[in-house]
Amino acid sequence: MDFAINYILIPLIKIALILAVLPLLVAALTLAERKVIAFMQVRLGPMRVGPWGLLQPIADPIKLLLKEDIIPERADRWIFTLAPIICLIPAFIVLAVIPIGPTITIFGKPISLYVTDLNIGVLYVLSISSVGVLGIILGGWASNSKYPLLGALRSAAQMVSYEVALGFSIMGVLMLAGSLSLVNIVEAQKNAHFWYVFLQPIGFILFFICGVAETNRAPFDLPEAESELVAGFHTEYSGFRFSLFFLAEYANMITVSAMAVTLFWGGWLRPFPNVSALAFLDVIPSVLWFAAKVIVFLYFYLWFRASWPRYRYDQLMKLGWQFLLPLSMANVIVTAILVLVLGKG
Amino acid sequence: MLELVLFYIFATIAVVSAILVVTQQNVVHSAAFLGATLFAVAGIFLTLHAEFLAGVQVIVYVGGILVLFVFVIMLISVERAQHERQYNRQWTIAVVTSAILIGEIGYGLYRGKDTFVLPPAVIPPAVPASGNSELVGTALYTSYLLPFEIASILLLVAIVGAVVLSKRRTAAEE
Repeated sequence: MDFAINYILIPLIKIALILAVLPLLVAALTLAERKVIAFMQVRLGPMRVGPWGLLQPIADPIKLLLKEDIIPERADRWIFTLAPIICLIPAFIVLAVIPIGPTITIFGKPISLYVTDLNIGVLYVLSISSVGVLGIILGGWASNSKYPLLGALRSAAQMVSYEVALGFSIMGVLMLAGSLSLVNIVEAQKNAHFWYVFLQPIGFILFFICGVAETNRAPFDLPEAESELVAGFHTEYSGFRFSLFFLAEYANMITVSAMAVTLFWGGWLRPFPNVSALAFLDVIPSVLWFAAKVIVFLYFYLWFRASWPRYRYDQLMKLGWQFLLPLSMANVIVTAILVLVLGKG
Repeated sequence: MLELVLFYIFATIAVVSAILVVTQQNVVHSAAFLGATLFAVAGIFLTLHAEFLAGVQVIVYVGGILVLFVFVIMLISVERAQHERQYNRQWTIAVVTSAILIGEIGYGLYRGKDTFVLPPAVIPPAVPASGNSELVGTALYTSYLLPFEIASILLLVAIVGAVVLSKRRTAAEE
């Protein structure tokens, strides 16, 4: 009985919670995106649906779901159907290992605020999220149309290029924490008295740049590039299938922000987690600390989009291979030497 | 028991989709089934408590190699490739000879079945206390340091070779 509750019932409840909350977060994020960018451009943004447009995130999905589902006649129906699913599933299952808080006690039962703590946590996140690009490529190809194919080709080249630098940028943190488990990495930051961003500032900047590139967001949104490619890889998608791509993209934004917070900004920890003079900050529950930090990084995403023009394709490749990759390798080597000489932390 | 069931599920997926990889007419469909095979193999690693290998399997084969495959496939004309003949004229002879060979091997095994002695059933080791990735790392950098370094030198040579080959062609074009 205990086994059934601990290993089946509680994880299922957590999984159901993630599946239920994530689409809501994505909906809220779309409204936030439109509002934030509107304010930055001295506009009001959506104002019609509900007070200050607050009900817009409900109207948008209803509109999407009611639209006609079109599959182009010359498209490869099988792959065309499969592609959004390949895109969406990794975006959701990655969140299983991200800890949003420490283990807490509910009704005398210790409950951990993550679905599972994998020994290979970081590797799991990297490997599962590298599958998502297949959905984009296959979707672009299956549409049997020029613009989606161009978008898919760009996406494949971009994601393969930036994935390498992304992996290297995380390695500094892994060496400091000595573990691949995300929970252990947060605990290590508690023991180190510092969030790792103070020890790995370059690693963090590289990680976030590559993360923005991996999620195909401005200024790295070449696979969509509406001014050149209509809508890139999802030009031929409509209605529900399009909304799956959309959901995956925004879920990936949340994942990258949550990973940045977990690896570099102390996860659920308050600032300077071991300084007792700041203990009054513990009034704020750890989950809220985590959420607040994630929201800051999501805001950065929107800020980038409002501020910077899109990279040209050759600039994108140059930045990735000639700047980010060597810098991330140098960061790994310097960190390794320092860890060896000075010891951990 | 559960692990056995999972093994057979993953093994069936792996074998069936591996067959489909070579029998599909459409190259992109082959690639999709290749992805299914690679994932099923990762699943088999998981049932053996080799989490690190499973993660590496997905990141290297699905996230890297398969993406590059699809990338190249997209650049060729799939429709023309579909009109190519998939099997050559001698496939009947090939089927007959391989059937004979399989029969021969099977008969030999059947005749010699008494000489096989199965090792006593091994109880699978419990999940090691220190993590799986730590164990792999320790093994690679202590017992297997030399093969590991040779493999990395080999990969480095391959990378340099690829760059040299592609550079030479552009020089000739100019």
